[in-house]
Amino acid sequence: MPELSDIWNVLILRDYNTRLVVICTILLGCACGLMGGFLLLRKRSLMGDTLSHATLPGVGLSFMLLVALGGDGKSLPILLAGAGITGVIGCAAVLFIREQTRIKDDAAMGIVLSVFFGAGVAILGVIQKMPEGSAAGLESFIYGKTASMVMSDFHILVFITVCVITCSLLLFKEFRLLCFDENFAAVLGWPVKFLDILLLTFITAVTVAGLQAVGLILIIAFLITPAAAARFWTNQLDRMLMLSALIGAASGWIGASLSAFFPRLPAGAVIVLVAALFFVLSMLIGTERGVMIRSLRQSQLEKRMGRQHLLRALYEIMEGGRVTEELNIRTVPFRQIRGRRTWSDRQLRDYIRRAYNEGLVEAPNKVDSILLTETGLVEAKQVTRNHRLWEMYLIEYADVATSRVDRDADMVEHILGDKMVTRLENKLQAYRIAGSLVPQSPHPIDPGD
Amino acid sequence: MEWYSIDTWIVVIAALAAGACALLGNFLVLRKMSMMGDAISHAVLPGLAIAFIVTGARASLSMFIGAAIAGVLTAVFTQWISRFGKVDEGASMGIVFTTLFALGLLLIVQGADHVDLDPSCVLYGAIELTPLDVVWRPTLFGLSIEVPRTALVLAGVTLFNAVFVVAFFKELRISSFDAELATTMGIDSKLMHYLLMTLVAVTTVACFESVGSIIVIAMLIVPAATAHLLTDRLWLMVVLSVLIAIGSAALGHMSALTVPAWFGFADTSTSGMMAVMAGLIFSTVMLFAPKYGVLQRFVKRTQAVK
Repeated sequence: MPELSDIWNVLILRDYNTRLVVICTILLGCACGLMGGFLLLRKRSLMGDTLSHATLPGVGLSFMLLVALGGDGKSLPILLAGAGITGVIGCAAVLFIREQTRIKDDAAMGIVLSVFFGAGVAILGVIQKMPEGSAAGLESFIYGKTASMVMSDFHILVFITVCVITCSLLLFKEFRLLCFDENFAAVLGWPVKFLDILLLTFITAVTVAGLQAVGLILIIAFLITPAAAARFWTNQLDRMLMLSALIGAASGWIGASLSAFFPRLPAGAVIVLVAALFFVLSMLIGTERGVMIRSLRQSQLEKRMGRQHLLRALYEIMEGGRVTEELNIRTVPFRQIRGRRTWSDRQLRDYIRRAYNEGLVEAPNKVDSILLTETGLVEAKQVTRNHRLWEMYLIEYADVATSRVDRDADMVEHILGDKMVTRLENKLQAYRIAGSLVPQSPHPIDPGD
Repeated sequence: MEWYSIDTWIVVIAALAAGACALLGNFLVLRKMSMMGDAISHAVLPGLAIAFIVTGARASLSMFIGAAIAGVLTAVFTQWISRFGKVDEGASMGIVFTTLFALGLLLIVQGADHVDLDPSCVLYGAIELTPLDVVWRPTLFGLSIEVPRTALVLAGVTLFNAVFVVAFFKELRISSFDAELATTMGIDSKLMHYLLMTLVAVTTVACFESVGSIIVIAMLIVPAATAHLLTDRLWLMVVLSVLIAIGSAALGHMSALTVPAWFGFADTSTSGMMAVMAGLIFSTVMLFAPKYGVLQRFVKRTQAVK
């Protein structure tokens, strides 16, 4: 185990090499997190995968070009430029295939990935047999070398990531509309294709810079995982992007620090695993779309629906198909409620028990029938009225057939807000029967016996 | 170009691998899961590492099983995450395979560092070396033929895939196009999905253990996508994709021997050139296909404007 002082040294970045690696991975995590957010919303998360494979022929070709011009082929900026060029060509090819043929996004990405990577392998195969240039080092270009970053890598990386982060913040409004409604942006007269290519160029820049510094797998993970994790916490794009950049940076920092404590842990792999941990945690406990919150919401909605259905069933049974000023309140047998709804015995008992505990119904003979209380009646009226208003709205404005309207209204009425109810009420004033709170049902009601 | 019997074997082996992949690739393309091959080829690493750490040897059977299990798990995890987390399928695939690869890398560094189990040599078999491992020497019409081990293995895999596709053709077709309809017709589309994924994993592992991962990734997608542009009939698409795969295998090896020589270089990697040839065939078809080609669509559009 490392000493406490070692841990402290790593955390405050005292060691020179650790400082470089940690700062690089944090910056990269930040930039990739940001870009990955846009990719995720455009359902193109695997674009990073395609892109990073598509850089290989560029590396090989620019190496050959350098050798042909008489150099030794190891000039980093030119290799990076070559990688970037084929990367952008690869992206453009994906867009072309997707737009012009019936091949879907995923297959287009796969085709470009494999063909470009194959071309890269073939070019490297040629280079390996060239007498003048040894291809050594080109391979490590793909796999990366996180722990042995040097100052020149650092400068390139910092320059590119800072540029990309700044530019995408300046173009935030444009990219946001591109992600949510491409067609609307086009109608507004924005250069959608240009923006699309620009976004992909930024992503290519980050990918190329990062590939060389930290390797292929880490870049792919950085472009996908933080964004997907952030998506569980919020529905707002700016917050999601911020969170995604934050998660990327945090996993870069934690992973790089961990690998500095334990020399046998490869930094890239640890960072990927830390990001995956963030993802799993977010998936479970995320406050907006996490698994737990969604199942909680689901069960609450089911309870609310059960309660409303029970109350409406009771009301309609007592109404007996006629609209009357005064409802005659009477006890309703379970059998009749079951006839109105397709509930199992257990569900029915469950809903009744809940309503009983809330004081909405009481059970005078204790055995097989229930009676609405005062509060229950008020709420039952409200619920039934909402349902009928919805039915009328659907018939009037959405052209739903009268025979189907009961079921359709059933599916939407529980999510109706108070404001909407008021608006519907005003619109449907004409349908209201004078003096009665509850309008007449537009369709015959099955008595349930 | 000088052609030896070894070159014939390389083409045969490449064609077998390509055919096996293309057969299954049709259904991956139709199910919008084309990137599965790429995902599996990275995700098998922990399976290989665990098999190696447990058995302590580079025995090919145990590693094959480990890799195949890891491949199936990739499909299962991807499905889970996209279903329970409501995450886009591509994103969940990406998360799963990068995580598994990182895990595998960690296991290799921790448990098997001192022996030669380095990811690049496990992941990329070399097709050029396969004909050297001869296991069977039958004599046909007075000719003695030296059959390499890989050819036998891949012939088995191809045959198995062909039998699977033919036997379950109806089920695969319905569940690929309309999973809900398949369920109402009494076909277990989830079972079909996992069967297909298992076969993809096994085929992928069997192929890139011998011929390299790039052939697998390319041949799972490109021939099927090309055939998809040529026809609307599934059976024809399957047949065409296999033919295209075999064609790119043969062209790939020939061009690997000849193309670099035009520029004054020595020969290059067959698997890389196979992917490139498949890409060329795809581009040609994409431009000139009779019904769905880019030119045809362009012509139709201009006619419609007139």
